[in-house]
Amino acid sequence: MHMADALLSPAVGGTMWAATAGMIAYSSRKVRQELDDRKVPLMGVLGAFLFAAQMINFSIPATGSSGHLGGGLLLTILLGPWAAFLTIASVLVVQALFFADGGLLALGCNVFNMGFIPAFIVYPLVYRRIAGKSPSQARLTTAIMISAIVGLQLGPFGVVLETWFSGISALPFSTFALLMQPIHLAIGIVEGVVTVAVVSFVFKARPEILHGALEAHPSGVRPLRAVAAAFLAAAILTGGIVSWFASKDPDGLEWAIARVTGTEALKGPEQGLHRALAGVQGKTAFLPDYSFRKPAEPQNGGVKPEGEARNGDADRLGTSVAGVVGVLMTLALALLAGFVLKKRKQSAC
Amino acid sequence: MGMASLDGALLDFKRLDQLATGNTPLHRLDPRAKVLVVLVFIISVISFNRYEVSALVPFFIFPLAMVSLGNLPAGYLARKIALLCPFALMVGVFNPLFDREILVHLGPVGISGGWISFASIIVRSVLTVGGALVLVGVTGFTSVCSALERMGMPQTFAVQLLFLYRYIFVLTEEGARMARARELRSFGRRGMEVRVFGSLVGHLLLRTWERAERIHLAMLCRGFRGEFHLRRPYRFGVPEILFITGWTALFILFRLVNVPALFGGWIMEMFR
Repeated sequence: MHMADALLSPAVGGTMWAATAGMIAYSSRKVRQELDDRKVPLMGVLGAFLFAAQMINFSIPATGSSGHLGGGLLLTILLGPWAAFLTIASVLVVQALFFADGGLLALGCNVFNMGFIPAFIVYPLVYRRIAGKSPSQARLTTAIMISAIVGLQLGPFGVVLETWFSGISALPFSTFALLMQPIHLAIGIVEGVVTVAVVSFVFKARPEILHGALEAHPSGVRPLRAVAAAFLAAAILTGGIVSWFASKDPDGLEWAIARVTGTEALKGPEQGLHRALAGVQGKTAFLPDYSFRKPAEPQNGGVKPEGEARNGDADRLGTSVAGVVGVLMTLALALLAGFVLKKRKQSAC
Repeated sequence: MGMASLDGALLDFKRLDQLATGNTPLHRLDPRAKVLVVLVFIISVISFNRYEVSALVPFFIFPLAMVSLGNLPAGYLARKIALLCPFALMVGVFNPLFDREILVHLGPVGISGGWISFASIIVRSVLTVGGALVLVGVTGFTSVCSALERMGMPQTFAVQLLFLYRYIFVLTEEGARMARARELRSFGRRGMEVRVFGSLVGHLLLRTWERAERIHLAMLCRGFRGEFHLRRPYRFGVPEILFITGWTALFILFRLVNVPALFGGWIMEMFR
């Protein structure tokens, strides 16, 4: 469920980036202030452990397929929320840079979905509530299973929301949610089982690690709630600012409005609304260029007057051929530039 | 994941890491300049509306120029890009299903908005993934981190990222060895159950934990005080300023003017 840059709009990506950066700064300060400095190397090495653990597979009973550990919840249980949040964020940075798993601008979204949710929502509100201070094996198992499932329902829901707000995918919100949530219910159960297996091993072999983690934040719930609130406030604020700037390009917003009011409704009685919208768009369009507006037109207009469509056909054939020719030519020029640069370098050597 | 692909993934990872040891003028630029330019690049690429394909094409000049100037292996990067982000493709592939309005006519063939936006997602993916890979290739992870730290990333996070990166190679090799040993011993599917996985990974975890403690003590003995020091002292000079202003101006131009449409228009004029 790594979000990719290709599905994001700058407004959504930028908002999540800003909010996440703030959280990383805050968590870093927390880790520095509250905890011993042993924790920083431990966090780094445990992040690397996650990559190593993902190289080891297991078979999923009755399906014939195999899976591996996700690990966000495991890290949170072992390290506590602040340190785990930073560790997961750093793992995602490496994945984005080396494995093309999620993009650079999408980092904000990914850190939120896979780091913030387990560390600051699921851990204090679900895991700690159920596990208590000195849990029995059964309590621990229940807490981990429920946390894994809740976390892997909220995370994908974040993905659905971010994709939907970005408006690059045409998947309707409900369809997308119906696709994502059941798949991740299964993934959540598997993740829960695996995490239970690893945590119970640690619980038996070195119980002090788990007890240390559980006792590290005796009154952990209240401050975390404040953090969640602060995060939301920051997201709304930056979102507002970013989208105010971004509104010059009304595509995303307009698409969202079309989805909310329903595309069917837009065609019929609400002519006035989308005529108004089209007017707004005409005035605010980033550039009054045909390549910009033409594609957007049928989308908000729904049905075009017939005469106009017929008239436009010949014209449009011309522009689309010109478009294809232009694309090929630009591509050839870009490749040529690459070759020339390479050649020049080689002759200079 | 079979054994071959496991080791393959590791080798692949190491190869990308080693690209940054190059010594071209591009490698020598201050990493902050490169991080900034790649960010501007990605933001410009994804700021187009979802039906845009042609105006995205000029942006290919950036990764291509970086590959040429930075002496990066083009074939290797192309193969890496070909894997793309499966998630983007999985979501994008529904566009043709849900968005069937015909937007463009190419002769007798009508192309629906869904196919156009799907093509746009693919082009965006290639560009953004390419941008990130090129950044690592000409900068290296350590320098990207130090750049981000100098741009305001908290030190704790930077140090932690560097620790993570140093130990990925050590620990993934250990993980790969364990996985290989178990696969060789497990005929059919026995030994692959979650129960076995739990104790296997549990052992790895405890070993990792103890290793982290030893590392920390060893580093304290050597005078570690919470920060890493750089080999190359970077400086923000004229080349950096030229690099940033040049590329940023080009990206803004490409964002505002649809270059392929302009070219196409000229060519059609000539034949008229």
